[in-house]
Amino acid sequence: MTDPHQAATKLDPVARKAPDSSAVPALSVENLRVRFRLPGGAFNAVDGVSFSLHQGETLGLVGESGSGKTVTSLALMRLLECPPAEISSGAVMFDGRDLLWLPERTISELRGLQISMVFQEPMTSLNPLLTVGRQIDEVLIRHLGLSARAARARTRELLGVVGIPGPDQAANAYPHQFSGGMRQRVMIAIAVACHPSVLIADEPTTALDVTIQAQILALLERLQREMGTAILLITHDLSVIAQTAHRVAVMYAGRIVETGPVGALFSAPLHPYTQGLLRSIPRIVRTPEPELPEIPGVVPDLGDFPAGCAFAPRCAFADEACRRDKPELLPAGARREVACWKPRHG
Amino acid sequence: MAEPLLQVRELRTHFPILSKLLRRPVGNVRAVDGIDLELEAGEVLGIVGESGSGKTTAGKTILRLIEPTEGSIVFEGRDITRLPLREMMPLRRRMQFIFQDPMSSLNPRMTVGRILAAPFEIHRVARRDQLGDRVSELLSMVGLPADAAQRYPHEFSGGQRQRVGIARALALRPRLIVADEPVSALDVSIQAQILNLLKRLKTELGLTYIFISHNLGVVSHICDRVAVMYLGRIVEMAPRETLFFAPKHPYTEALLSAVPSPEPGRARRDATLGGDIPSPANPPSGCAFHPRCPHAMPRCAQETPLPTRIPGGQIVACHLHGP
Repeated sequence: MTDPHQAATKLDPVARKAPDSSAVPALSVENLRVRFRLPGGAFNAVDGVSFSLHQGETLGLVGESGSGKTVTSLALMRLLECPPAEISSGAVMFDGRDLLWLPERTISELRGLQISMVFQEPMTSLNPLLTVGRQIDEVLIRHLGLSARAARARTRELLGVVGIPGPDQAANAYPHQFSGGMRQRVMIAIAVACHPSVLIADEPTTALDVTIQAQILALLERLQREMGTAILLITHDLSVIAQTAHRVAVMYAGRIVETGPVGALFSAPLHPYTQGLLRSIPRIVRTPEPELPEIPGVVPDLGDFPAGCAFAPRCAFADEACRRDKPELLPAGARREVACWKPRHG
Repeated sequence: MAEPLLQVRELRTHFPILSKLLRRPVGNVRAVDGIDLELEAGEVLGIVGESGSGKTTAGKTILRLIEPTEGSIVFEGRDITRLPLREMMPLRRRMQFIFQDPMSSLNPRMTVGRILAAPFEIHRVARRDQLGDRVSELLSMVGLPADAAQRYPHEFSGGQRQRVGIARALALRPRLIVADEPVSALDVSIQAQILNLLKRLKTELGLTYIFISHNLGVVSHICDRVAVMYLGRIVEMAPRETLFFAPKHPYTEALLSAVPSPEPGRARRDATLGGDIPSPANPPSGCAFHPRCPHAMPRCAQETPLPTRIPGGQIVACHLHGP
């Protein structure tokens, strides 16, 4: 059994900080492709996605339903059920290793310890039969080898860190006794229990009310500041990205269509899809336009992605070339990339 | 002045909490706890609030899809609060409901054509040989192709299904439509399409909406007036611009400051509201917002503030602005 004092130093955020945070990304995804084989046929849900995530950074992965953002995150955590899913190519580099090729035992050691996840609906990811305290203890005992007593002490501390009032009583309560916002705090406590270097948050505030959403986003930001965690924030909500992320990657039909620093991308989007999305957000303004700018058409069905640029059927600028050839994601100015034959400027 | 289309007075909807063993009432959830509102014909009133604020129950009670516990609902000058079902039926044509999730409110085993013909059949307002025409008229009105009539709800995307839901609500040419989170389940790029459609239909058909939503951006685009609900009560009601740019109730202020702005770097979430919404089964004493309110005074825990009209035209239920 590990000495609790030794474990405590192991948890010290300063001790865990990588010596050099600049060069090597905390996580990098290269040309990831995920296919689903279903009775109706096989189709690509993720079609060549690449991005990197640096320490202390929040990368927002934004997209509408069917864009492949969640499949991407599940694939890189190796949480997809295979079959029907199949990772047909790509690499996910973490700490010098490709997560896609690690043995199941090693990857499950890593999950929760060095990379952890927060999902949209905490109720379905928490065990309803165990107290909240037990569920956090378990992570600490399993991954850090703490004794039951040391784990509980740390659990109480963690509940306090994520802003749950009365941590002592809270540890003995069951998930259903908490509100949605409080359950999400518990999930975050579990996720950060071992000071992971990467946190994947998939729609962490979508099921919550705005006032509670603001609390949770502020909490994630604070934890990131204190621990230097790299956060991959997956959401459909551009406003959440605008307020929380440093960089953003916009997904459409299984591909990343544009990336860039949040400020630059929001003020001058290059891809017509990004532009359309940003314009169609109903903003609170004194005199709203009579009509909101809309993107015509519908989001393409999974498995029915158009040939050529998938956005072409909805794009006002598309021509024959767009409908025929898929544009690659290429550099476009300072720290920006776009996959478009006719990127917009201004 | 013209008579308002709808007048709601002191409306209360309470649900009994039954004991586990004997199913005896042991308390009640005051989902809607005394709301007053008036609606002019052609107006769009937004009702905003967080989950548990009672906004959906209020909307359903106004159409008597849920029976009110107390209070009165006057529609087109007629008190409908206790009207028996037989007399309610013809009125139902004139007041319709649009649901958040069209998938669960459209019968999956009926074609869209049959779904849209049903209101005419139920209310016996169209001859059998006219049904086809009526259905295609409705489809074109909401921007769906005519062949949609032969297809089933699952064959459509979320946005198209919501168009079907809207077409069904419009079938009998209602005057009042209560739309409950009609765009919340939709993707951003589709949300704008449906909002524009609702706006256009309102003008073309002279409709009046009660638009229920938790999304303040959406509400700010379609509503003329907005009511903010908290734990079953309206805490503030004001014309659109006043509510969004000169809110008076501390809850409205907190709600607005919690909305993330789509402009990066703008409006940091400094004024984060702490705590959760209390349970409507056991609301706090006095002003229900006082445990979370940054301006709470001793009086707020004891006395419930009454809705008061203040200079500027808004109605606020708060001791900071009350008599």
